Amino acid sequence: MWRDAALVAGKDLRIEARSRVALWQVLPFAVLALVLFAFAVGPGRAALRQAAPGLFWLAVLFSTVLAVQRSMAVESGEGTRDGMRLSGIDPAGVFLGKGAAVAVQLALLQVVLFVGLVLLFDVHLKTAWLAVVASLLATVGLAAAGVLYGALSAGLRVRETLLPLLVLPILAPVLLAGSRAWSAALSGPASAGGPWLRILGAFAAVYVVVGIVLYGPLQEAT
Amino acid sequence: MAPAVLLQTAVALAGRFPALSGVDLSVEPGEVVVVVGANGAGKTSLLRVCAGLLPVTSGTAVVLGCDLRQDATAVRRQVGLLGHAAPLYDELNPVENVRFAVKAAGLPVDRADPALERLGLVGRLRKTPVGRLSAGQRRRVALAALVARAPELWLLDEPHAGLDSAARDLLAALVAETTAQGAAVLLSSHEPDLAVPLADRVVTLAGGRVAATAPGGRRPAAVAGGVHVA
Amino acid sequence: MNRPPERGLLSPRLIRAIGALGLLTTAATVWLGLWVTPPDITQGNLVRLLYIHPAIAFVALYVAGGLAALSSVLYLWRRTRTMFWDRLAAASVELAAVFCALTLITGSLWGRPTWGVWWTWDARLTSTALLLVLLLGYMALRRVPAEPAVRAKRCAVAALIAAVDVPIVHFSVDWWQTLHQAGTILNPELDAHIHGSMAWTFLLGFIAITLDFVWMVAMRYRIEVLADLVGDEELEVSLAERWAEGGGPAATPVPEPAAAAAEGGRP
Repeated sequence: MWRDAALVAGKDLRIEARSRVALWQVLPFAVLALVLFAFAVGPGRAALRQAAPGLFWLAVLFSTVLAVQRSMAVESGEGTRDGMRLSGIDPAGVFLGKGAAVAVQLALLQVVLFVGLVLLFDVHLKTAWLAVVASLLATVGLAAAGVLYGALSAGLRVRETLLPLLVLPILAPVLLAGSRAWSAALSGPASAGGPWLRILGAFAAVYVVVGIVLYGPLQEAT
Repeated sequence: MAPAVLLQTAVALAGRFPALSGVDLSVEPGEVVVVVGANGAGKTSLLRVCAGLLPVTSGTAVVLGCDLRQDATAVRRQVGLLGHAAPLYDELNPVENVRFAVKAAGLPVDRADPALERLGLVGRLRKTPVGRLSAGQRRRVALAALVARAPELWLLDEPHAGLDSAARDLLAALVAETTAQGAAVLLSSHEPDLAVPLADRVVTLAGGRVAATAPGGRRPAAVAGGVHVA
Repeated sequence: MNRPPERGLLSPRLIRAIGALGLLTTAATVWLGLWVTPPDITQGNLVRLLYIHPAIAFVALYVAGGLAALSSVLYLWRRTRTMFWDRLAAASVELAAVFCALTLITGSLWGRPTWGVWWTWDARLTSTALLLVLLLGYMALRRVPAEPAVRAKRCAVAALIAAVDVPIVHFSVDWWQTLHQAGTILNPELDAHIHGSMAWTFLLGFIAITLDFVWMVAMRYRIEVLADLVGDEELEVSLAERWAEGGGPAATPVPEPAAAAAEGGRP
């Protein structure tokens, strides 16, 4: 399973390196979202600083949807979808591999977004480790749940509209916990971040396990 | 010897539509069976059923010893399907694509290069992203992946489409080689002139069922196993 | 492929009895709740909503939601895979959505006079709202056209993934909410001092709502069965048309799946 996962992750990342869709489309979208959110909140410094963690995670959430759609689009041709099913690759390996590739892209995206956050929203990072750990846990959870739902809606003609409707409610706890954790990392006491890290960790653990178990049957159902 | 493919009154549904409405077919190892028929007769569905991609809802379907009604997924890694759309990643070049297919099958990666060479994919072609190749060249890459994996059952869906005459001769040679090694080949075609000379048997499909069977153009000595009436 | 219509778990007579009993108890609850019982000391007439609101919420989340999750698991598990569980899951989810919406509406009706607002980010309401969206997602997925077995598997997986999220949502919203509302969290929930005729009405309300739900699920399940029967008939027509394409019907009729599988291998 792990060998297959590494194979699939390598393939997905190599394709991304060649096509650079995440770089030129998803990343600019995320930054654009952040700018639009700033417009929506208004120019008041205090309001921006308070809204920053939530808006950051909102941008990450929307970017997750795009990144997942892109990940599933790699196998959008009928040939490659059949090819994946026929290849003999363990479906759990496909899940982990695709999830890992999406996670890497999301992680890099968050680094850039953080820079944007500092510049646009005038935030200062008080407890760096809290923000980093929260991000790592959240990224794993987002990638796992995202790829799982991506597979659920892959191959359906209505997938573009169905995926956000299905996956965003599921990701709501990550938005919640991530925002609170980052809020604690940016301004509040670090200890306040504790329970939120636990939720992020639980979410990530649950969805990685669920994905490993259910990705196989799911691939059959498309 | 156990047949490579055995279907009896197999019914397969695509959505609510009966793609196969009761097929009787068997293919022995080392045999080449060509399937002909009009558009929509069920040729592609037949191949997909044998690959374990399309579920069989009634009848019998046993491929390479795997009962498709119980678990269709077990047969998948043992067959090689060449469909209309090639299972290739456009952004990757032929070498990467074939190596991925080989590694995915759990085989040593050094099987990729000889296969690529056999299919004439050398020099600059090896490093060009597949999306930029012509349709015929893409077919060659897909065939290279198939040759490298060397499965026991080849399922070829209209393989002659898009191939030039040199490639077609190459395909005929590959089919002959692989059947000599004991693999079975099930091939669908729109062009009987090209396909029948390769075949031990020609099966005509209509309305999702076998309508007729006829002997093919291959020399009888090349057939392994006995004569089989379907 | 002419199979007799599927028998559910309960006989039609029992279902009708449940329906009648549900109607009776609901009418009794309404009568008791609106006329017989006295208004509460603190909440006034608003307390009458408590006779049904917690019951509806309970049924939505635990009965309907639990049934949907259980049916989905049983469908996915090979040993118990029958269309019965798939249809039951679909019926439960739809009713869970209805009851969820009713929970939100009754909660909102209670909240407006009490807090002055139609909505508040109370932990329970927020979780319930999110649950409603998850259920709507399932219903949207169900309506995507597909072969019954494929659709069943896909929806079962979706149901489980969503079910797993529910406790996580509950905990995170709970914690989130306690941060922002220090002190008493006003929940449209059990008032500790409910007694006398109010207690009986409350209990009756629970029974009534549960019976109503069981009857509705049975009805909705029956609709699923009938819809699938229509689909089967359409399949028969398609098969006939397909054979006509090939020139005449098949010589032998399509055999029963069980018999053919038993024969297996050699011709």
